[in-house]
Amino acid sequence: MPDINLEVNGKPVRAAVEANTLLVDLLRKQLALTGTHVGCDTAQCGACVVHVDGNSVKACNVFAVQVDGARITTIEGLGTGAELHAVQAAFKEAHGLQCGFCTPGMVMAAADLLAKNPSPTEAEIRSWLKGNICRCTGYHNIVKAVETAAQMLKQAKAA
Amino acid sequence: MSSTSSGIGAAVKRREDFRFLKGIGKYTDDISVPGQTYMYLLRSPVAHARIEKLDTTAAKAVPGVVAVFTQADIDASGPVGGLPCGWLVTSRDGSPMKEPKHPILASGKVRHVGDPVVAVIAETLQQAKDAAELVTVDYAELPPVIDMKAALTGKVAVHDEAPDNLCFDWELGDKAATDAAFAKAAHVTKLDLVNNRLVPNAMEPRAAVGVYEVGTGDYTLYTTSQNPHVIRLLMGAFVLGIPEHKLRVYAPDVGGGFGSKIYHYAEEALVTWASKQVGRPVKWTAERTESFLSDAHGRDHVTHAEMAFDKDGKAIGLRVDTLANMGGYLSTFAPCIPTWLHGTLLAGQYTTPAIYCNVKAVFTNTVPVDAYRGAGRPEATYLLERLMSKAAGELGLDQAEIRRRNFIQPNQFPYQTPVAVVYDTGDYGASLDKAMDLADYKGFPARRAAAKAKGKLRGIGVASYIEACGIAPSSLVGALGARAGLYEAATIRVNPTGSVSVLTGSHSHGQGHETTFAQVVADKLGIGIDQVDIVHGDTAKVPFGMGTYGSRSIAVGGTAIVNALDKVIEKGRKIAAHLLEAAESDIVFENGAYQVKGTDRKKTFGEVALVAYVPHKYPIDKIEPGLEETAFYDPKNFTFPAGTYICEVEIDPRTGAVEIASFTAADDFGNVINPMIVEGQVHGGLAQGIGQALLEQAVYDENGQLKTGSYMDYCMPRADDVPYFKVTTTTTTCTHNPLGVKGCGEAGAIGAPPAVINAIVDALAEYGVTHIDMPATPEKIWRSINGGMRKAAE
Repeated sequence: MPDINLEVNGKPVRAAVEANTLLVDLLRKQLALTGTHVGCDTAQCGACVVHVDGNSVKACNVFAVQVDGARITTIEGLGTGAELHAVQAAFKEAHGLQCGFCTPGMVMAAADLLAKNPSPTEAEIRSWLKGNICRCTGYHNIVKAVETAAQMLKQAKAA
Repeated sequence: MSSTSSGIGAAVKRREDFRFLKGIGKYTDDISVPGQTYMYLLRSPVAHARIEKLDTTAAKAVPGVVAVFTQADIDASGPVGGLPCGWLVTSRDGSPMKEPKHPILASGKVRHVGDPVVAVIAETLQQAKDAAELVTVDYAELPPVIDMKAALTGKVAVHDEAPDNLCFDWELGDKAATDAAFAKAAHVTKLDLVNNRLVPNAMEPRAAVGVYEVGTGDYTLYTTSQNPHVIRLLMGAFVLGIPEHKLRVYAPDVGGGFGSKIYHYAEEALVTWASKQVGRPVKWTAERTESFLSDAHGRDHVTHAEMAFDKDGKAIGLRVDTLANMGGYLSTFAPCIPTWLHGTLLAGQYTTPAIYCNVKAVFTNTVPVDAYRGAGRPEATYLLERLMSKAAGELGLDQAEIRRRNFIQPNQFPYQTPVAVVYDTGDYGASLDKAMDLADYKGFPARRAAAKAKGKLRGIGVASYIEACGIAPSSLVGALGARAGLYEAATIRVNPTGSVSVLTGSHSHGQGHETTFAQVVADKLGIGIDQVDIVHGDTAKVPFGMGTYGSRSIAVGGTAIVNALDKVIEKGRKIAAHLLEAAESDIVFENGAYQVKGTDRKKTFGEVALVAYVPHKYPIDKIEPGLEETAFYDPKNFTFPAGTYICEVEIDPRTGAVEIASFTAADDFGNVINPMIVEGQVHGGLAQGIGQALLEQAVYDENGQLKTGSYMDYCMPRADDVPYFKVTTTTTTCTHNPLGVKGCGEAGAIGAPPAVINAIVDALAEYGVTHIDMPATPEKIWRSINGGMRKAAE
């Protein structure tokens, strides 16, 4: 299998993979980016959501070879250094996480929603996040966090 | 108590959030150890069979395979025990429960689909999986024992020790008094209920890494556990024979537990034992389907319950007959869930004077069943609150009114229930009032009429729950069969520069203890919250603990911390008295400083701390240097959070689809350390309770195959299944711990299911529906509307 070349969180990466290496395994095992989590084996829980060329994708459901040449952003690539991205800051403000396991995928999914729909309604947020299962929060504060993040992003844009 | 912006009662944002939001938490599968091998478990594909032949030769020859182990290999390596059960329940005839051995790997027989048979260890996970496919096992299948009633009367035994599959036959209460009450009842309400089997499904699958150091003989086990010290004790002393001082158990960041990560599982013992056998670290991570087949399931009760009323709608008697599924083996706490955590809650918030409960625990060829959020209390609350609302309908009373007539009054506390427990304090009318207000209960008839005009059916359901948490006084639970004490431990280590390390036996896997415990310490010591570090999860750092479950962390763990703080403050007083040249009795500790009464002469906590470690001017003849104190706190009683939930549903009769139009929760948790975190716990519990009521069920077919073995078929609550919740609190402070706290982690899962079902039954009353089983799927609802339930061929 020839090596693949991609960009991960702004850095060029060259990796040797098998044909059946999942993107999530490339990230977690070869690149030591363990923020992207595996929570199921049927591509439903969303704990593994990353961005591929700006769109949210379940990394457990994509082969590494399929993203040869793509631009990948993982949770580690959101925000810079100790600074939190608006979505991350909103989740902290709203207590939108408890055990934290679903959180990276949830945050990445929410960031994609807000990039595409800057003023989502409560129903649109809940519908968009159907692909991300949380067992801890009951979704109440997650939805609140996304609404808060939408406000924060709009204010930052206006400024 | 000082109320600063980061003290007790403040909605402090969580410190743990930074690493979780950044994706730099350390969950067990994130941990890799140099030289590690990977373990894959071959599990039984059948529910019940003798293992006739087991051949691992071909598997051992696969490139990359380091070892292939069966139970025979484990037994040959030295004395190894089975996975222990931590609670001995006694049957009503005085005999102890049946306690069959639970081997680490299946031995002689497999007893459920998913029962682990062979452990393959290889350089890569893929090699281990490939090798597992080459293991040949000849299973001589036996008839599967699935239905509990059939298990008790059939001829097939899951365990030879229990020929009728009866694990125990337990009772609680006064049968004669209860029968007498029923004999003179003006009205009897009856109900047959199923409390549906659930799979906890924490989002992080279980994982374990075992590391044996050849040079020192030390073992380290990284594991997804809610209670690392308990695992160290159980596995070290009763399973692998490893001295505790040579065994470190570290539960790092854990992605949710809900009870499923309390137990000592085979995989923990396997990676630990195997790492010594192969001389290399061994890592195992569950796949989700594997979790469905190996994590302890929850609930699974079949109950017949009856409530006797007088002519004024006051309950005078309750009798409960329950079959409780244990599964194929006894899990660590399984026997106490349907007994001491279920029977003792049958008074609810009510003055029912005569109660009798019989529970038969049954072995079946299914995954073992044990505590899952609520553990026994959801089962008790469900039957009680369904009976109350059903009786209301039969007696022509409003759901809130019938409860109000039966409430224990505030002036009746402490209240001795007929089912052993004594409630310390409560005000049930207050939470009912607050819930009704927040839910706009009075406005419901108008909303129902408006919905009807649009072709929809609205219903409202009330559930007034009580629960027992903060488990528990050791002598009490010991008398009831517990094999462990249930105290909690805390060490307050004051550092020379005045910062504080708190070593707590509690474990946080989402509850936010790193923040809330720090609030308590900062508040009590009058220091900045950033000066307090909460350490948990690692037996190498924390002396001891019993762990987190049963909503016990703030009541029991928090009190241990407060008691240790009191010792620290006391020692500091002696030091301060010496420094200030005053009598100890003249020293007051307030706002982070020791002050001489009536003067402005004082020493800060930080100054005293430094002196303790640099004891130049020091009462060295009276006390030692240093400032570190430990407390073990054994609680005096359970705590009894209580409240009322009101659920309003809107049903589309054409499809049976249910929408939760609103859900209101009024809880009394005593004092609250961080209201933001407490609300979050309620939200999460409500979603799980709503999931049980509407969506979730672990379903076995007649062959013992788990039909709901992945998220394709097991319906988890998602963001669009629940609304924003309306959450509020009332407060009666706990009378027997210094913080006055009761705990809050499980209430939502306990009170929500009956609130939802009561609402659905209310919505469907015009069709003559008086009950519907959980999960109340659209199909069940549609069938109820269209001529009643016709069960599929059994």
